[in-house]
This record gives sequence, structure tokens and C-alpha cells, in this order.
Amino acid sequence: MAHVEPLFVASHLHKRFGHQVVLEEINLAFRQGEVSGIMGPNGAGKTTCFNVLTGRYKPDRGQVRFDGEDITGLPPRAIARKGISRSFQLINLFNDYTALENILIALPEVRDRGFNMTQSLSQDSAAMDKAAAVLRQVGLAGKERESSKMLSYGDRRALEIAVALAPEPRILFLDEPTSGMGTQATVRLAELLTDLKHRYTMVIIEHDMKFLFELADRISVIHWGQVIAEGSPAELRANKWVQASNLGKLA
Amino acid sequence: MAPQPSISEGLVTRPMVILFAVLLSLPLWIEAVGLYQYLGIEIAVWMIYALGFNLLLGYTGLPSFGHGAYFGVGAYAFGLVQLRLIESLWLGLAAGILAAMAAGALVAGLISHRRGIYYALMTIACAQVFWFVAVKWHSVTGGEDGLLNVARPALSFGILSASLRGNTALYYLAVAILGLTVVGLWRFVHSRFGKALQAIKQNEMRAGFVGYNVWLYKFLVFTLSAGIAGLAGSLFAMAQKSAYPDVMSLHSAGLVVMMTLIGGGFVSFWGPVVGTAVFFLARDLLGAFTETWLLWYGLMFMGIVLFKPEGVVGAWQDLVRRRRTAGATKETGSLSHHRG
Repeated sequence: MAHVEPLFVASHLHKRFGHQVVLEEINLAFRQGEVSGIMGPNGAGKTTCFNVLTGRYKPDRGQVRFDGEDITGLPPRAIARKGISRSFQLINLFNDYTALENILIALPEVRDRGFNMTQSLSQDSAAMDKAAAVLRQVGLAGKERESSKMLSYGDRRALEIAVALAPEPRILFLDEPTSGMGTQATVRLAELLTDLKHRYTMVIIEHDMKFLFELADRISVIHWGQVIAEGSPAELRANKWVQASNLGKLA
Repeated sequence: MAPQPSISEGLVTRPMVILFAVLLSLPLWIEAVGLYQYLGIEIAVWMIYALGFNLLLGYTGLPSFGHGAYFGVGAYAFGLVQLRLIESLWLGLAAGILAAMAAGALVAGLISHRRGIYYALMTIACAQVFWFVAVKWHSVTGGEDGLLNVARPALSFGILSASLRGNTALYYLAVAILGLTVVGLWRFVHSRFGKALQAIKQNEMRAGFVGYNVWLYKFLVFTLSAGIAGLAGSLFAMAQKSAYPDVMSLHSAGLVVMMTLIGGGFVSFWGPVVGTAVFFLARDLLGAFTETWLLWYGLMFMGIVLFKPEGVVGAWQDLVRRRRTAGATKETGSLSHHRG
């Protein structure tokens, strides 16, 4: 069988800030149609890794490839336009906009005609319908006209994901989607992501191990700026590295 | 807060009708209330200027504190066309707009990767360069005296032509241009471009992560805003029959910031319009009583910044909202009464 390169590949990534080496030697591969999980203790470099993968930081060394193309060091907007989307650990919305406007502005068909200075955006009913559909998908139907900053925390979390979903990305990076959420909201989110799982290739950083082990097809454990273990949830449960660290206990 | 669309996003809205009913009838009554015709021109010109300025401050959240530079460049360009080239209104206005856009694009190219206080400081520094050039480049700008005896060319459409020598005629031209500016900008701020600018104001990073070229948007809106300042500056040169470095000073640039803030540019499209009217009425009405009117105006500014940063329009919106809520409560009250 011919060797097929996974959809998204990061190889030999190295990143440091001053004297602090955050990513030592990161090698990751995310396959089309799979949910990949990234776990690791606080300060292990998970978010920095995401930031390098999605263009916020340039790696000092190494390469990031998406769909066979070298995207290392491209700015976030160029990476976004290739169909790579992400959410943030700290909610990162357009706070003065309504829930609907948050999605509208993230739709590629709105963005790609963004220099249109005459047609009123609110008269683009096709875009409005599509944005409403995205909100429905994450369980925010009926809240289209609500100001995003007035939404409950759980709803803001859902909107955070919806903004990343709006462009129908080819790969979706979610940075700690359950961060700060209660049990009930976490269950709701797990249902949502299980639902999305069939349609999107996803990469999820998560602290909640139960959540991740149920959702992910493959998990990579990052520690000391390296990938120290990798495999299916079942394989990782048996891994002595994972068992030895705190991470395994929850699983 | 992003400026919210008020009532309707149509081509012509109720506030526009009210504004132009007042402005178009103004020459009929302005002298009766003890003011003078020329004041109307100044108000219309500064309304154009402030509306263009608010694209940056209110809509994109970009603090440009040296916007007088582009107003001034527009005034000089208009004056130079009349004095050195040909007496032509259209050519003068085009030159004013284009020269200001060129100056704006030059500066925007240098500063659009910045935001916040660094952005503000760089706009000031660049404005000082323009001011300095205006003062020192005698052979072109006339130095500190400026360009004198700038003509007021006739308004001509082919064979039809109207003199603009009188203040009333010039006033109507300024109001007509203000009308085009208002309708055009109202469209603009509700367009995709305008919505993207507001998104950038709210969250520049996320705008980048959903694929917007933030730098380019900031560059273009600055250039556009400078062009509108240049248009206002051209009209100002006509009004004053001269162009001089004073309008490029930081003091003058500060006035447009104050007008926009007092009116409520952060919360409303109409903020700059209201703020401009407040400024000129304060100047002429307070000025009639005391030479130190600017002190009182300054105190009013401080009061607004401290107690109602959303400005006059913000206070008005609160009032309307409160009345509406009160009305709604009443209604619910009567409903529950029925139910009871």
C-alpha cells in the first residue's frame, strides 16, 4: 500500500522564548477524519504547540505541513484560509457583536468579499441563514440576537467553538474546550463534539481526561516540550509513562 | 461598544431626514437667532471631517490623534490647484481628496502593524512632520502665512454654473457634500467592510484567526478616513479663502477628537455630527458671554469623559431605552391585570 501522508504533520518543532525552551522536539501527525487528543501537565507546552501549528508563533526550527503543503511560519490569516480553524482556551469572541454577527463575520463567503463597501451585510440573507444554521449546530438556536457578552459562560464556550466551525474547516483545533465549565455543561459539550466527530477532523487539547479518552481516536502526551507517549486511549491506559504521571489516574 | 445600527439600515433614515431638514432650512433662520451664515459652512465642513475621523476612532478603534495633517493637506492641495493651476472646483476637490489619501496611505503604511498607545503616538509624530513641512516649505506652502487669496471657483456642470462667492451658496454646496458623505458612510459602516472593521476593533487577534488581513483593513480605512479629511479640508480652504498650517496643528487635531467623543462616536454613527454641533454652538453661544469659553467647554469635556463616556448620543440612547423599558413594564402590568 502506498504511503499516504497524514492530513496535518508537524516535524521536529522547536520553539523557545529567551532562554526558556518550550518546545524541544515535537513530532505530531493528525489523520483525516480522526479526533486527535493532546494532553500533558500544565506548562508542558500544549498551547504553545497549538500556537505554532496555527501560525500565532513561528517555530525556531521544524516544519508544519498541511495536506502536503509546507505552511511553516505562515501568518494566522493565511493558515485560516487554508481551512485550518481554531478555538481558544480563554474565550476570544467579538464581544460587542450578537451571537449571529460573531458567526457571520467568520463565514468565508462574508470574509472573501470583505472589501465590499456598499452592500449591507444584514441584507445578505444567504449568509444570515448559514450563520443561524451554525448556531443551531452548537445548540444556540434562539440566541442569535443576543449580545455575545451577555450569554452564559457555557453558551460563550459553545459560541467560541461555533466561530471556529463557521468556515467549515478541514481541520479544527480546540484548545481546552471544557475549560472553566461545570459537569453539566461539559456533558453537553461532549455530546456536541461527538456529533461533530463524524464531520470534522479535530485536534483537542484537554485537561479533562475522561472527556478526552471517550472522544479521541488517538492521543499524544506532551511533557517537557516533547511527545512522550502516543497511541489509542486503550494503549495509553497501559502505558507506564502515563500511569506513572498523574495523568493516568483519572483515565 | 461598537456603534450599533439605529432603527434601520436603509439608504436614507429618519435621523438623516431630520438632520437635513435642519441644515437645509438653516440659512432662513440662522441670522434670526443671532448667529451668522458663515457658521453653517464651518459646521458642515467639520461634520464631514468628524464623520470620516470616526471611521477610525469609533468603528475601528484606531486612535489617530494627528488627523489635522490630512485636513491640512487637503486644504493646501485645493489652494495650490486654484492658485497655480486652474480655478476649478472639481479639480480642486479631487486634488484635495487624492493628496490627503496619498499622505494618509504613506502614514498608514508605516503604522498599521501597531495598535493602542503606540499607534496613537505614531499618528502624532507623523502629523508633526506634515505640520513642519507646511511651516518650512515656503515656496510651496507660503510658510506660516499659508496660501492666501484662494479663489472660490464656481460650481459648474458643463454650461450650467453657479457662483460660490456668497457664503449661502457655499453653505449649500457644503451641505450637499455632507449629504453625500452621510449617505455613503452609512452604507459603508453596514457593509462587509464596515462590519469587518468593527470586528477588528473588538478583537484584532480573532479577526486574524478567522482569516482577515487585519493590516490591510487598517491601512485602507486610514487612507479612506484621510481622504474624507482632505475633502473637508478642501471645503475649508474655500470657506477661508486660504490654507494655513494652523489647521495641521495638534490643537486642531485634538478638536476633532473632542467633538467625536463628546457627541458619542463610540456608540453611534451620529456622535460626530452631534459633537460638532455642540462644539460650534458652545463656541459661539458661550463665547458671546465669556472669552474663557474654551475653559467651560474643556470642563464639559472632562465631565463627559468621567461620567458619560458614551457622549451626548449615549445619554440620549439611555433615555430612550429607559422610557421603552418603563413602557414595557407598564404593558406587562396591564397584561397581568387582564390575566388576573
